[in-house]
Order: sequence, then C-alpha cells, then structure tokens
Amino acid sequence: MKGTYLAWVGKAWLGLILFFLYAPIIVMAFMSFNASQYYQLPFEFSLTWYEKLGQNTEILNAATRSVLIALTTTVIATTLGTAASLALFRFEFRGKRFLQVMLFPPIAIPWLITGTAMLIFFYGVGLGRGTPSVLIGHVALALPYVIVVVSARLATFDVTLEEAARSMGADSWTVTRRVTLPWIASGIIAGALFAFAVSFDQFVVSYFLSEPGDSTLPVLIYTSIRKGFTPEINAISTIIIVISMAVMLFAARFSNFGGER
Amino acid sequence: MAEVSVQNVTKSFGSLKALNDVTMDFPNGGFFALLGPSGSGKTTLLRTIAGFIFADSGSIYIGDQSVENIPVEKRDIGMMFQNYALFPNMTVADNVGFGLRVRKVGAAEERRRVGEALELVQLGQLGDRKPHQLSGGQRQRVALARAIVTNPKVLLLDEPLSALDKSLRVDMQIELKRIQREIGITTIFVTHDQEEALTLSDKIGILRQGAMIQAGPPREVYNNPVDIFTAEFLGEANILTAQGGTALSSARADIKLPSGATEQSTLAVRPENMSISTSEPGGDAISKIPATLVRRIFAGAMATCVLENGGNTFKVIARDQDIPDLPEGGEIWLSWKPEHTMVVPNP
Repeated sequence: MKGTYLAWVGKAWLGLILFFLYAPIIVMAFMSFNASQYYQLPFEFSLTWYEKLGQNTEILNAATRSVLIALTTTVIATTLGTAASLALFRFEFRGKRFLQVMLFPPIAIPWLITGTAMLIFFYGVGLGRGTPSVLIGHVALALPYVIVVVSARLATFDVTLEEAARSMGADSWTVTRRVTLPWIASGIIAGALFAFAVSFDQFVVSYFLSEPGDSTLPVLIYTSIRKGFTPEINAISTIIIVISMAVMLFAARFSNFGGER
Repeated sequence: MAEVSVQNVTKSFGSLKALNDVTMDFPNGGFFALLGPSGSGKTTLLRTIAGFIFADSGSIYIGDQSVENIPVEKRDIGMMFQNYALFPNMTVADNVGFGLRVRKVGAAEERRRVGEALELVQLGQLGDRKPHQLSGGQRQRVALARAIVTNPKVLLLDEPLSALDKSLRVDMQIELKRIQREIGITTIFVTHDQEEALTLSDKIGILRQGAMIQAGPPREVYNNPVDIFTAEFLGEANILTAQGGTALSSARADIKLPSGATEQSTLAVRPENMSISTSEPGGDAISKIPATLVRRIFAGAMATCVLENGGNTFKVIARDQDIPDLPEGGEIWLSWKPEHTMVVPNP
C-alpha cells in the first residue's frame, strides 16, 4: 500500500538523518572508553582517559572557567534580555521595529566574522583580549536568543491581565512580578538555557578574545588537538556533549518545540 | 461609593476623534449603560474613566476628586473585563484577594473579605479551583467578586456578558443587578446590546462616532429618541417621513400629528405599538395606514409581520394570537394610538 510505503521511506529518512548526526559523536564517545591511544580495535573497555583527564589541571581549570563564564553570561544575558523583551512588548517608541529586526542578523552572521569584528572593536576601545572581553562577547551573542525566546512567550500573554492587576491597585513593579513574570517564566528558563549553551559551546569568539593561558574549554581543546591528539580530548568532549544535550533537551521542554505540550 | 462625572472629555487617536466633547453624569449608586455600535467610543470612554486612557481635554470626577492626572492603580476602581482576565496561575481565592494583598490588609482580613465576596457571587465552595477548571459563568462571577472585593468607588464593566450564551446571559443580568443593588455601588457598563442596556440600567448614554448623542432613563430614550439613528438603534422603528412619503400622502392614510410636529417632521412608530386589522378601523382618535402584507414570520409567542405601502416597508410585532388571518398580498390596515407616534427631530 502507498501509505505504508511512504511511512517506511519517512522512517528510513529519519533514521539516516539521526545516523549522520550521531554516528561521529557515538564513535567518539565509544573511543573515549577504549584503552588504545591509537584507536585500535578490538575495543577494550577502560576508564584510563577519564582518570588522566582528572589529573590534567589545565583542562580542569579551563572547564571551570568555561562554566563560570557561561553562568555569568546566562545571568547577565537573561536579565537584560527579559527586560528588553518586556520593553519591546509594552512600549511603543521610535525605531522599535528597526530594533526588533536588527536582533536577528547577529544570529545569522558567522561567528568567525562576529569574532573578528569584536576583536578589532575591543582593541579599538582599549579593552584588548581577556576574560572581560570574552564575557561581553558572549553576552552579546546570547542576548538575541534570550530576547527571541522570551518575546515568543510574551506574545501569548494577555495584556488585559496587566490591566486587571493595575485596576486593582497594583503598581507596575507588582504587576510585572506577580502577573507577567509568572506567565513568561518558562520562556525565561528556556532563554537562560540557550544563553548557557551559546556561551559554554562557544569556540570562535572565545578563541579570538581570550588570552593564551586563560582559555575556555573549547579553545583549550582546539589548541591541544594541534599539539597532538590524545583520547583525553574524547573524554572531555563526551562529558561536554552529555551536558550540552541535557541542557538543550531541558530548554526544548520549556520552549514548546514541535508544538504545544 | 461615589458619583462619577465626565465633563467635555475629548480624546483623539491620530486623526480619529474617539471622544468628542462627551459629558455625562453618573449619580451615586446608579447602574449606567454606555451603549453604541462598535467604534462609537463607548469603550474608550469607559477606559478613560478607568484611567487606562488619558483624555486630551475635559475633566473627570470620581466622588469629589478630579482624576485626570491619576493613573488607574490610584483611582480606586473595580473593573471587569470582557474576557474576565483572571490570573491563570492563581486560585480563585488568590485572584479575588489580589487587590487586598496589594493593599496589604493582612492574611486574616483577606480571607474574610474574599470569603464574603465569593459568598455574594454564590461561589463560596470554589476558592481552591484554578480559573481553567471553571465554567464561563463561574469565571464571570469570580471576575465580579474580584472587582468589588476592595470596595471600590465605582465598578466598571466592559461588555461583561457578551461572552456568555443567551440563556446564561439573562441569568447573569438578573444576578448582576441583584449584586449591584445589594452593595449599592455606582456601576458603569459598556454594551452594544440595546436590550441589555434597557433591561439593566437606570440611565443610558448612547454614543455614536465619539459623541454622546443622548443620555437618559431607558424609557425616555426609547420613547423619545433624539434622531433616527437612536430610534433604530434602541429597537426597531417604522419611520414615517413626511416629505415625499407616499404612506403619508396616500389619500386614505390618516395620521394624527402630535403636538410640535409639522408636515415636514420625521415620525416613527415602534413595531409593537402598531396593530393589524383586515378592515379599516373606525373612529377619529386613531392613526391608520392601508398596507399590503409581504410576509408573516412566526417566532413562538410573538409574530412579526412585514408590510408594504407605496415603497415603504413597515414591521409590526404582536402576540401571534392577536394577529388575524391575513391574505398575502391583500389589503389590510395598520393602526396605532396617536400618543405612540414619536416625533424624531431632523438632523
């Protein structure tokens, strides 16, 4: 039957996509548990690379720095992004449309170009490379994501709820805190997770803006690979992938991907 | 509780004059309707009284306080919205208690007053429910309880019943009136439903294109409309135009002109005030027109007859049993008491 045939093709197609997406990752994760340094088979299970990773202070420091930068970025970008979304939602002002449209290109502009531009800019203003520049760069990258996600949630918000609260005597701070924020909380959480992911997975911009010896984890991984590949990288990469996927799955749960829950 | 007064209020949105020199008094404790077609400015007027919109000019008083420069949250009003605007993340009790928490009355006081308000709208048992677990009628009661729990000076209702189906709407009209009488709060409500306005209110303000064209008690505006628009908006009306109206110039028609009317006046008669007979009615003290029957529409207790005379269409509404058997296309007579002839001032 035609319907069955089509369904079969669809499933096969989906399977292929998932295969291309996940095969390299699965191979890498697999190899991080293989005893051989040179990817020799047969597979022999071992936690050697994870043990070595535990002793590698350079990688651990970079990982800690990455997490701290990602958390700081998340807090700043989520706060600013939520405030901006509320302003765009509530007020009419000159250039509002322009501002909203200008939020999208930074998402589409290649990070390589953004990174170059930021590097030139930070040298131009005398800030140069270093953690403050990395942080500012990450916040700038994460901000549009937060605004887009929170604004999408706000679009489903019924403004008469704010009017009702005001008619009962609530000032605008109370209205925001008691009525608006509870409604968009799920959007804020999803936006925060996006911000965390953008910062934590960020390589290009971090590579351009961080000082040597002060690298974030992705930058350190890249430089180590150039010196010579060790399965320790497989191990840390596997850990990052697990964390990133957990974060993104969590974000997806809050932002209604694939329709209404 | 307080009286509300709107004086010479004007408001423009760009080139659109939403309110044009509107004046109306709302005495203490009364029930008032703002009636008009969509785009007439009735909602704008309500929102201006509430404080969501600030007038360009004119003054608004709530009690003896001039409120033009006071924002919504300081005006001490209660408002009910068309979609009820219940907070979805809060229980019924928390919804109703919101205004009390803002005023920091204390937990015990809040519980007592929320209980009283829910009792008043007969929802005493539902305090723990969330809004999405309630029926439309129940939500409406919660919205009402929430609007009155703070003892506001004035209660403003924005098309409060329009989301309900017809039978529930009639129940709620009675309920709304009962509660309003019980607490004696000055109430202003917006509606496009003329029947609702006539049923509920002590005074109706009729708006059109941003202007208050007539304000008065229901009977007065119904029986003495200031123009054809009002006459037809408040109910159906048979317009008898003197100038060139064949019905009037027909030799056998006999219309007693009310005092103050001239041959040029526009006259109107409500369909329910006309009666139908198969032969010419006798006596001098009656207005009458010959006509032919176009259609008779049976609608249960009442029936509507559509009649025609020289290009003019008339409607008559009466109890079905009061209308004789009528020959379709045959000549019949319309008649009414002279006091039912309304003189409608020409625009």
